[in-house]
Amino acid sequence: MISFTVNGKRQQVNVPPDTPLLWVIREQIGLTGTKFGCGKSLCGACTVHLDGRAIRSCVTPVSAVAGKSITTIEGIPEDHPVKQAWIAEDVPQCGWCQPGQIMAATALLAENPKPDDAAIDDAMSGILCRCGTYRRIRKAIHRAAGMKGKGGTP
Amino acid sequence: MSGSTAISRRAFLKTGAVLGGGLIIGVHLPLGAALGVQPPEETFAPNAFLRIGSDNSITVIVNKSEMGQGVYTALPMIVAEELEVDPAVIRVEAAPVAPAYNHALWGMQVTGGSTSVRTEWERLAQAGAAARQMLTAAAAGTWQVKPAECRAENGQVIHLPTGRRLSYGRLADAASRLQPPKSVTLKGPKEQKVIGRGVKRLDTPAKVNGTAPFGLDVAVPGMLTAVVARPPVFGARAKRIREDLAEKVPGVKRILPIDAGVGVVAESLPAALKGREALEIEWDEGPLAGLDSARQRETYAEMAKKPGAVAASRGNADAALEKAAKRIDAVYTLPYLAHAPMEPLNCVASVRPDGCDIWVGTQMQTGDRDAAAKITGLPKEKISLRTMFLGGGFGRRAVPDSHFVREAVQLSKGIGKPVKVVWTREDDIHGGWYRPSSYNVLAAGLDRAGMPLAWTHRIVCQSIITGTPFEGGMLKNGIDETSVEGAADSPYEVPNFRCDYHMAPAGVPVLWWRSVGHSFTAFVKESFIDELAHAAGHDPYRYRRALLAKHPRVAGVLDLAAEKAGWGKPLPAGRGRGIAVHESFGSFIAQVAEVSVNGEGEIRVHRVVCAVDCGRFVNPEIIASQMESGVAFGLSAALHGAITFANGRVQQSNFYDYPIIRMREMPEVETHIARNGEKPGGIGEPGVPPIAPAVANALFALTGARLRTLPLTPERVREAMGKG
Ligand code: FES
Ligand code: FES
Repeated sequence: MISFTVNGKRQQVNVPPDTPLLWVIREQIGLTGTKFGCGKSLCGACTVHLDGRAIRSCVTPVSAVAGKSITTIEGIPEDHPVKQAWIAEDVPQCGWCQPGQIMAATALLAENPKPDDAAIDDAMSGILCRCGTYRRIRKAIHRAAGMKGKGGTP
Repeated sequence: MSGSTAISRRAFLKTGAVLGGGLIIGVHLPLGAALGVQPPEETFAPNAFLRIGSDNSITVIVNKSEMGQGVYTALPMIVAEELEVDPAVIRVEAAPVAPAYNHALWGMQVTGGSTSVRTEWERLAQAGAAARQMLTAAAAGTWQVKPAECRAENGQVIHLPTGRRLSYGRLADAASRLQPPKSVTLKGPKEQKVIGRGVKRLDTPAKVNGTAPFGLDVAVPGMLTAVVARPPVFGARAKRIREDLAEKVPGVKRILPIDAGVGVVAESLPAALKGREALEIEWDEGPLAGLDSARQRETYAEMAKKPGAVAASRGNADAALEKAAKRIDAVYTLPYLAHAPMEPLNCVASVRPDGCDIWVGTQMQTGDRDAAAKITGLPKEKISLRTMFLGGGFGRRAVPDSHFVREAVQLSKGIGKPVKVVWTREDDIHGGWYRPSSYNVLAAGLDRAGMPLAWTHRIVCQSIITGTPFEGGMLKNGIDETSVEGAADSPYEVPNFRCDYHMAPAGVPVLWWRSVGHSFTAFVKESFIDELAHAAGHDPYRYRRALLAKHPRVAGVLDLAAEKAGWGKPLPAGRGRGIAVHESFGSFIAQVAEVSVNGEGEIRVHRVVCAVDCGRFVNPEIIASQMESGVAFGLSAALHGAITFANGRVQQSNFYDYPIIRMREMPEVETHIARNGEKPGGIGEPGVPPIAPAVANALFALTGARLRTLPLTPERVREAMGKG
């Protein structure tokens, strides 16, 4: 048994310790907002927060998060400035990459509440979007940074 | 599309009551020869396009797949306009598979060819207008007043003289008992409040909070997960399978050979993947075992020495080439490309003795449903297919052989449980169904003033259409329309012209890839016209312009893009500008790209100005986002994309060697839309074709290096700059 918390809720799973966290979240815990795009840490679709830091869940063995705290897209409050900004800028197209984009953006803003374009490029260039929503993502991050209230993860 | 339309002329309306109260509206367009079947009365209810519930809910049933292009917003907007409701209150439901939801031209349910708004506009507008008229009549009946004294507005009917109001929900039941109107009055452009506005996408909230249901997110009770060990070479067959080690992997349930390869069915995806790794398969590699990209290029070059099937011809191109003051020759080559949608392919199937359920992100519902009926032996009505959100389509989820649905159905049938088949990214990149590679031989003859007298274009390319249900309409005299589109119909006025075609040998599975043939013909046509302009010493924009007298819409977007981009005005040092224009899917797009190149030969695209003429349109914000999307998609191909073969094997496997552009590579994209009353054109694909030539032309303007092979890799750029 490996136990950790996801979005504040305690989870216990009985899987081989090398099972990627991504599939534990999606298949065992049933939270499907976290997406699969490459399985090799190349696209960022599977980005979640481990104790507040953005990580790639597809290459993180579940054993590595024992006793730790994971946040997924479902754990970001609906009124979070990043989610609000994403809606205001109408960012998503197909939508598949967006949870990963949002998780990367919330982690960025938690660390750097007023990132410039270069900081955004640095933090976000690892998260691929086949639909090309990049410019809107950047605008949404600037918008979220300009909003009142908390910019980081809960 | 304004004024009164007699419905009987084009379509017939069916109306009825919703179980539990409410009004439903269906519109059946009499379809072309392909079908013409009217659904029987009892199946009417599920075939509705619009449902108004007594609870004031308004549901639009959309027969097109949402894959990012915005149909779950644009199509409901058409209904909202005529129905007089705020589009934001509309719920969208994916249509089930039924003839009523067929593509208006293609006789089957399919999303593709950038046709959704074009083919659905009329019937959705009629459904909305009919509902509005019936609700208004119901209100007038309730109040015992003349319908002319009532007006529908924002989900209510108002009696103007008294100010009384009734909501649509309150009226829906009474309306459902009325006869459907014989004709409906559609709004004129001046009365429109929704159409033409940048309405927010209806699917954004669900895509932001992670609840939007995609195919890969489906889980049903008792479901197992499978991967397929796929052949290492296209057409290879498993000769010997050693499954004992794989079967011992904890969680693996069954090893099951199917058409696609060897299925590994397990309790979880990680277990299935481990099982696949432990599987030992000896393959009979078949005729493509030696496939090699360099050799294929030689074969194509050899084929191109002989005349091909003539797709278009006027004047006498050969004679004119001989007489010309100057002759220019060029060869353009483009590689195979994978679609690489961000959501890897997947399908869930649950086959039972009495029925079969399928959950899938697909662009071709009817074919997929029929394939499942064939495999299970069940009647088509017993197959229920639910269309999920598509994490990208780009044509990859429109497969005439239904392969990714078939494998799930075969595995579920074999094991007697619901099965989800998942493709890994490697399966996707290795898995074929690529944009075909092409070899293009061009020649042009210029007169003394530098204007073209002759233009010939010979294309060697595999056929996409051969073997599909579209063969009858799109394969003529050995010419696949999708191999020559955008080339054979070049708008440039050249008196002596020929475009001919050699169908390259089949083998590698090929497919429509966002913008299909235009994805390569635009690069060839727009690069070569640029070559001619420079050879003639003319400005490439003005040169094109002079050859477009008979194509005002092409010329129009060219002018618009040039003006907005500041064509001819000085650029910062180290920047070059290139232009390209192309018509596809009923729309006209011109793009001006501003690029720089660093010492490594890496191209950076800073800004793209995009001019669009797609006739009458629904949502300018969706047009803008589709232009950004088309530029990003086309730029990935222009700068990075290539699928190549050695020893029959695909040499790429994931995003490290099949890169797509990242945020730091994304240019600023400015979209300018021409406003006119022309017929609506497509918007999902036409943004792709012009970007590669615009960038290559900008590179030439900047460096004098002309690249005729995609992608424009740093090695190729360095080499061309060294030479040039
Ligand atoms: S799925 Fe984890 S980085 Fe792509
Ligand atoms: S929105 Fe489709 S991959 Fe990003």
